[in-house]
Amino acid sequence: MMTARSFFRSPWKVVLFFVLVLLALLWLIPIITTVITSLRTNDDILSRGFWALPEQLVFSNFRTAWERGGLSKFLPNSFIITIPSLVLTLLFSSLSAYALARFRFRGNRLIYFLYVGGMMLPFQVLLLPVFRLTDFLGLYDTYWGLIAFHTAFQMGFCTFVLRNYMVTVPIQIFEAARIDGCNAFRIWWQIMMPLTIPALAAIATLEFTWIFNDYLLAIVLVRSEEHMPVTAGLASLQGQFIMDWTVIVSGALLAAIPTIIVFIFLQRYFIEGLTLGSSK
Amino acid sequence: MAMERASTRLTPWLFLGLPLIIYLIWVIGPMFCTFYLSLTNWDGLSAPGFIRFRNYARLLQDPVFIISLKNNLRWILTFITVPVVSGLVLAMALNKSLPGDRFFKASFYAPMVLSLVVCGLIWSWMYHPENGLINSVFRKLGLESLTRGWLSDQHLVMWAVIAVAVWRQIGYVMVLYLAGLKNVDSWLVDASRVDGANSWQVFRHVIMPQLAPITVIVITISIIDSLRAFDLVSVMTRGGPYNSSSVLANFMYIEAFNNYKMGYGAAVSVILFLISLIFIGIYLRRVLRTEEA
Repeated sequence: MMTARSFFRSPWKVVLFFVLVLLALLWLIPIITTVITSLRTNDDILSRGFWALPEQLVFSNFRTAWERGGLSKFLPNSFIITIPSLVLTLLFSSLSAYALARFRFRGNRLIYFLYVGGMMLPFQVLLLPVFRLTDFLGLYDTYWGLIAFHTAFQMGFCTFVLRNYMVTVPIQIFEAARIDGCNAFRIWWQIMMPLTIPALAAIATLEFTWIFNDYLLAIVLVRSEEHMPVTAGLASLQGQFIMDWTVIVSGALLAAIPTIIVFIFLQRYFIEGLTLGSSK
Repeated sequence: MAMERASTRLTPWLFLGLPLIIYLIWVIGPMFCTFYLSLTNWDGLSAPGFIRFRNYARLLQDPVFIISLKNNLRWILTFITVPVVSGLVLAMALNKSLPGDRFFKASFYAPMVLSLVVCGLIWSWMYHPENGLINSVFRKLGLESLTRGWLSDQHLVMWAVIAVAVWRQIGYVMVLYLAGLKNVDSWLVDASRVDGANSWQVFRHVIMPQLAPITVIVITISIIDSLRAFDLVSVMTRGGPYNSSSVLANFMYIEAFNNYKMGYGAAVSVILFLISLIFIGIYLRRVLRTEEA
């Protein structure tokens, strides 16, 4: 383990360190700017410019975005859509991943390829037929239309990752259980699933942010503000407060809070999820 | 790979059945349906009428389609160079334990968790012509001549939007390379040092070849992400001014949902699909090879 003192003995490394400090700050500037903006009044910025010290710090922008901007509705909607999609996609993916990882049967490889190929698909390709399908099923402008599509589309990535994780579990573990008379579903639920928890935690974290951050499907499959998730809501907030940037960026910050919380507390899983997805 | 023959033929399908049906209905089916819709004049309301390849013929003469295609190409070329190189450099710099490395990594990761909509709004404000941070800084420094209408200048706007995507992408590439570097054989690195290789030679001839597989993945992901580009354009410019920042996905959305030319929009998405198919194919071949190895 290198201590800080021994590290700073090399002049090159000191330079590297300060370059990194500068870059990291540069990277955060847009976020810092947003936070500062959100705490000022619009008049203050318009009349005195960006560089003036604010006369006072206010929280009223957040309240405006929350109440008049509708975030009090949009943000809960996002959870109502994200949580069921997440649970369902993990459940279905772990079922299909288990079949693909454990059993040799005709069509195994073809199905695996369908999932991997689908995961790479730009989902814009599916947009119009899916729009038609939700309309046909009476799911247009409901939570369930979005939940159904997210569940199905994210199965590609989740099945891919889970299947590759599950094939690494040594087969002997299952032999013993089978001799003890466990049926296939109990082996899946009581033996495979507990062993898969690290991978499940990683992709759950990642999928949460992906589904939560989706925008395109939200504007295509939902029309009324009543069912809109926060990404689509922000776009309508932008139209409503077109001149008032302090409210718009406050709304953006509020909308980002859930994913920022995930990032702060589950960063390790988030990073692991990204790495798992690219390990093949 | 250890796999067992199923005790009965039915067993795997008990697990696969329901998920696969859902997947076929919502993902694979619509994929084929897009092809069909692209051959029709569907307007979203009345029943689609079959018009063969007329949508495609019209696409080739549509200037907005050509602009969008070029913009996607710009996006791809930027994405496979700038974030890949910067992400790799950052990963190399942060691979050794530096004091404060957790802070550095977190700063570069941070944009990745924000939704593209949030990023688009934040940056629209940064780019704001009068009060945005960028022009304010230039004015403060007396560099009035450098101030621009970042999102209103036809020649700049696409790059201004791509810059935001790059800001978000670099952390992602860094994560992938950091993971790749963990698997680099340190014994080989040490051995080449002992043999007198300098840092550049070690990087070029020992580390880089071992990062080749991850580089293929990074580039494939970057290209697919570029083809998926929609949110930033939609939030920041809606493809304007004068369609100068339009990309295929936005063009498709506007044609289908604002102009009710759904068949025409479907034709755009088929083009998008065919372009991505090349890279999906490359990726699948790689997966197949590792499966057989």
